[in-house]
Parts: sequence; structure tokens; C-alpha cells
Amino acid sequence: SMIRKSTLPPQSRHTSIKAGDYVVLKRGDIFKAVQIQPKKKAMFEKQWFLPDTAVGQLYGSTFDVAPGGILQPRKPKDTEGSTDANEAGTDNRHILDDGKSQKLTRDDIEILKGQGLKDQEIIQQLVDNSSTFRDKTKYAQDKYIKKKKKKYENTVTILRPSCRILAMMYHGREPGKICHMRYDMLAQMLTLANIHAGSKVLVFETCAGLVLGSVMERMGGYGSVIQMFPGGGPVRAGVESFGFPAHFHDTLHEFPICHVNALLAGTLDTACKDPPAGRAQERKVKLEEKRKKLASAAALLEGRNADGLVIASRFHPCPVLLGLIQFLSPSRPFVVYSQYKEPLIECFTKLKERGGTVNLRLTDTWLRRYQVLPNRTHPLLLMSGAGGFILSGTTVAVDDSKPANSQRAEEPAAKRQKVDGR
Amino acid sequence: MRGTRARATAFRSRHPRLPANGCSVEPAQTSRDRRPTVLAMSFVEYSDLIQDGDVAIVYLGPESMMPVKVKQGAQTQTRYGVIRHSSDLIGRRYGSKVTCSKGGWVYVLHMTPELWTVNLPHRTQILYTTDIATITMMLELKPGAVVCESGTGSGSLSHAILRSIAPSGHLHTVEFHQQRAEKAEEEFKEHRVDRLVTVRNQDVCKDGFGVTGVADAVFLDIPSPWEAVRHAKAAMKRQGGRVCSFSPCIEQVQKTCEALVDQGFEELSTLEVLLRVHDVRTVYLPLPDFGPDETAPQTSVALKTTTLPREMPGHTGYLTFATKPRT
Repeated sequence: SMIRKSTLPPQSRHTSIKAGDYVVLKRGDIFKAVQIQPKKKAMFEKQWFLPDTAVGQLYGSTFDVAPGGILQPRKPKDTEGSTDANEAGTDNRHILDDGKSQKLTRDDIEILKGQGLKDQEIIQQLVDNSSTFRDKTKYAQDKYIKKKKKKYENTVTILRPSCRILAMMYHGREPGKICHMRYDMLAQMLTLANIHAGSKVLVFETCAGLVLGSVMERMGGYGSVIQMFPGGGPVRAGVESFGFPAHFHDTLHEFPICHVNALLAGTLDTACKDPPAGRAQERKVKLEEKRKKLASAAALLEGRNADGLVIASRFHPCPVLLGLIQFLSPSRPFVVYSQYKEPLIECFTKLKERGGTVNLRLTDTWLRRYQVLPNRTHPLLLMSGAGGFILSGTTVAVDDSKPANSQRAEEPAAKRQKVDGR
Repeated sequence: MRGTRARATAFRSRHPRLPANGCSVEPAQTSRDRRPTVLAMSFVEYSDLIQDGDVAIVYLGPESMMPVKVKQGAQTQTRYGVIRHSSDLIGRRYGSKVTCSKGGWVYVLHMTPELWTVNLPHRTQILYTTDIATITMMLELKPGAVVCESGTGSGSLSHAILRSIAPSGHLHTVEFHQQRAEKAEEEFKEHRVDRLVTVRNQDVCKDGFGVTGVADAVFLDIPSPWEAVRHAKAAMKRQGGRVCSFSPCIEQVQKTCEALVDQGFEELSTLEVLLRVHDVRTVYLPLPDFGPDETAPQTSVALKTTTLPREMPGHTGYLTFATKPRT
């Protein structure tokens, strides 16, 4: 059992950055996904640079942005503060906040930058030219330097993409593109839907492909994912950013929702048709490709034995859920995300009327981050409310013989909460 | 029922590559529907039909479920009557409604780590799904990952990890309590996930995880995690990985963060995740009587809304994550 061939995708088997890789740039809490292409510039945090100058370096490395946009590896201990031996005050009772403490002007700083001073050196200059720095407490000095670092830091870290990093990126950069889904909500969805290798999962999302990519990451190239898509074609920009190996795409199928009714009614015709005469060969090939994809997705769906359903879109979730839940086997989980609570209340009610589901739960999560420093530990922002809501449940055999309202009532007057039960 | 099983056996003999045990009656797989050819272990892989040896969930009603070990000839008592495994369970499809001897009915659900978490026998305080989901994403767990965990406890997180790293990953779990370590090992075997996990009965703070340079992720849920940080580092791959420490008390978090920084870990992040469950219910709001008014026929309005529990979600613990850089 110790002989285990590594099945991690190639991009994570190699630890150094290669041309063509999809990576994520990071500075502090700001992320951006780019693809490393020869001589292609990237803009990040108001700076232009050439990501391909990092090729050959290790993932996770931090780089200085040198003139010309060349990335230079930064030595690990370069960023040590020099305040350890400095004198410090005990409190701020004598410190006047008159805006005149810093002797360097903006122009002076620009001159220093122009002279090619590194960010640590600029910060040291600011410290030396501050008349109140020595009077600040040690903690205030640390805070001051941290603030200046954030402002003048000229570094970028290059990371391997992952669901975690991309979810944080989208939430910070373009929350509108992902229906304002906070990353902890995505985490809940992936677990509640029991996404794992070897299953057959249906995904309907309008989150730029983030949800789809996350599901694929958790399936590791095993099993199949069927993307149900509205409109003309599936949107998958976000999936590319994950940098999956080619064979992962063999597990990804797509099915246009405009054919769902026909498929459910058994009237969908995916057979080969004679193409109209006179069409160009190229167009014939394309149409045949499209037909083949439709047929293979339909084949996976028509058995109505999918193992999981994940919905996260700007569409009203009710009809999406009621339509797609019919493709699931009994005793399988489904998860629906919505930015708003009310549509999920409607889903809950309709599912109760329909029967065929148990353990329905409408939940949201709150995320609180902490600053942990000696004598300075405290919570930071509480992220609540604006992260969306989740409806989750499990399918069971739909009872055709009995009327739906013979289901056991799930609205007891006083609901006994399981202690610690989540 | 017997007919179904005979057909299933015949199907298996026509397709020798499929496993002898726990095989669901699936149509022949297309090359695009790539499924791993492993034992259909109920905790990490779905099967359609209930089989002898499965651990299933009997659903009696909201907030009322129980785990059941399916066994030929066995019986399970419920408040709706007796369930006879041989006739009522084995060979039936998961998700079926099963009528019990007194005439009442239950559903039989396929096991998932989430169902196991709320139904497992507690030997210690356990981690619940909200924290487990956060940990899974933040540690970047996925098929093929190698994970080290201590302490094993009641195995709540362990089963979730196994689900996420199957079929090609491995979990090294360390538990210093001998009986708990033995019980965990027994359970993994019973749940048919034992080839994915190694249980070691030792003290992680003194002896580490028993492996070095192999882990993509390390998880600590022990009283003094700062004492295990150096062992976590040693267990992790040279190229780097993710670590998580779960602690109920902020003092523990502070000491752990200090140790992580000392050992060269980066990207430290401490957070907590709180779950809110919204109860969907219909409420009736009476309308005021301002006197005769032909435009207001009703006396009350029904409203579908949600209510929250009286007390806000409790604290489970702080989750501290960090990244080990390449060493």
C-alpha cells in the first residue's frame, strides 16, 4: 500500500514557475490571477512588470519589482525591521498630531524613489526624519512601520492557484462576478455537497467559473462534472485560472438548460443528422462536435443518477433547483447558494410541498479574523450578512403513492436545538 | 430482492475489472466517465444499493437520525417498529422509504462524513461541519493529498479528510490515548477506509507524526499545539504546504502563532467561522381593526419568513492557518 503513484496534477508536482503557467500574484491581501506568457506585461497594484522574468524561480517566492518590470527574488530576511534597538516612549500624552512630524516632503520621497532606493531604505528614511518616532511606544512604532510597508512595498509574491486563493481573490476584487459569495460560504458548499473523487456532479453557476473550478479541484480529475449552462455557451474563464492539467477537462461536460425539458420528457434527439447540403466542411465538423458533446452530456444525465448538485447563480434558484434536482439519485446532497435569503425561503417551501427531500437547512456563516500579536490580540472585521446564504438538503425517494402533505411536519412550535449541533 | 442480487452478481462476473465487493449496478463506464477502480467504500464512494457490512443512516424525522451497521439477519429497533436488515435493507436502494413493523416508516440514507459527524459516538469533543468545511478549503485538501492529523479523537475530521483525499492520498493520524487510537483503527477498518489511513498511538509533541517530508497539510487539535509545530514542519514536504491549528482559547492561539513564526511559517491567519441556522416558518400577523372598511377583508396576514435561535452561535475554537515555505 506504500506504492502510490502520485496523481497530483503536473503543475503542482513541479515547484518552479514555468512559462504558460497560470499563477496568482499577491501583495498583502490583494490577489490577481494571470498567465505567465513570454514578454507579456501584467498590471498589478498600479505597477507594470513582466511575470515571465520569474520563470525558473520557486512558487511562493517574493520578488522586488526592479526598473523595467524585472522581477528579482527577494532575500528572506530582508524585511526585518530595525526598530528592535530603538528607543521608544511609554504613551502618547506629549505627542502632537499636527501633521508636521515628518520632515520629508512628497517630492523628497519621489527623489529617493528615483535614486533607486529600495522600499526598506525609504521606510528607514521616513523613520529617521520623523520627529515623533522615538516618542511613540514600541507598538505604535511597529504599527507605523507596518503602515509604511503597505504603502511603499514594491514586492509581489507568486503563488500556485487554488480554490482558497482564487475564492479570496474574487471576493476581494470582483465580488459582483461571483454573486457576492464569500470564500467561507464556498467552503461550506463544497463540503455540504460531499464533492469528492469519482462522483458525478451537476453544477449550475454564474460565478465566472469559480464554483465549477472549485468542484473540479475537489474531484481531482476523477468522475465527471456536468456544467448546466444558460444561454449560448458555458462561461469558464475562472476555470482556466486554476491551471488544471489537460486531462481534467476530459471529465468536464456541458449541457444547455434550454434542452432540460426535452431531456426530462425523453424527447431530446441527439442522433446524427444529415447536414444541410452546401455547408462548408469546417462548419460540418463544428456542428458534429457540438452534437457529440450534447449527446455525451445527455447520456450522463438521462439515467437520473447524479451524485450531487451545486447551484450558485444570479437566476432565481427555485426553478433551477426544482428542474435539476430531478437528475439526482435518491440519498444525494444538493446545495443552493443565493445572495439573498428570500428566494431560498421559497425553495424551502416548494421542496416541502413536493416531498422527496430531508434535512433541509437554510444557513449562513459569519467569518471573523483576528490580529494575533503579543499584548495586541483582538478581532478585526466581522464579515457577516454580505456573504450570501445556502440551502442544503438530501434527496430521498419521491413517494408517488401518498399525497405530499403526509410528510412529517418540520415546523415544530419549539424546535429543540442539538447542543453544539451544527 | 434476491433476484436483484443475483443479477448484480452476474453483472460483476461479466465485468471482471469491477470490484467484487460493494459494486453498484452501474451501466458500463465510458472512457470519459473516469472512475477509480477501488472498493466502493461507503464513506468515500457512493453506491446505489444497501449491502451487508455497510454503515447506513436511518432517518426517522427532523433532527432524528441513527447510524446502523447493516448485517444479514440483524434487526434494528426504532420507535416506528423493527427494521429487519435482510428483508428491509439489503438490496434496497439508498434513499428508499422503509416501512417498519409497527407500520411507521423511515428513510435509509447513504453515509457521508457530514452525516457521520452528527451521528458518531462521541469519545471526545468533536469538530463540526462548519469548521471542517473551512479547514478543508484552507488546507487545500484534494485527491492525492497527504495529510497529518493529531489528535484523532472521535474521528469526525478524519472521515472528512479521507473523503477529500481519496482515492490516492493518505492520512497519518496520531492519537496519544491508546483506547481511542484502537477504536479509531477499528472504525476505519469497519468503514472500509483503512487503506487510506495510518493510525499511530504516540504523543505528537514528543515523537511527531511518524513520517517526515511527506505531508501537504498538517492539522493540530491538541492542548499544546506550539509543542508540535516543529514536528509539523518536519512532517511536511520540503516544497511546502499548509498547516492548521484549532484551539478553543486565545492564549493557546498566541503561543502557537509565536511558534509558527519561530519555525519560519508564513501567511499566518487566525479566524473563526460561526454558523447561523435560519428556521423557515409561517407567521401570522394580525391586522388592526380601524372600524368598518370594505377594502380590508382579512383579519390577519400569513408571512413566510425565517427566525433565528434565541442565542447566537457559540464558539467552537479559533482556526490558525499558515504556509510552510520551501526549505
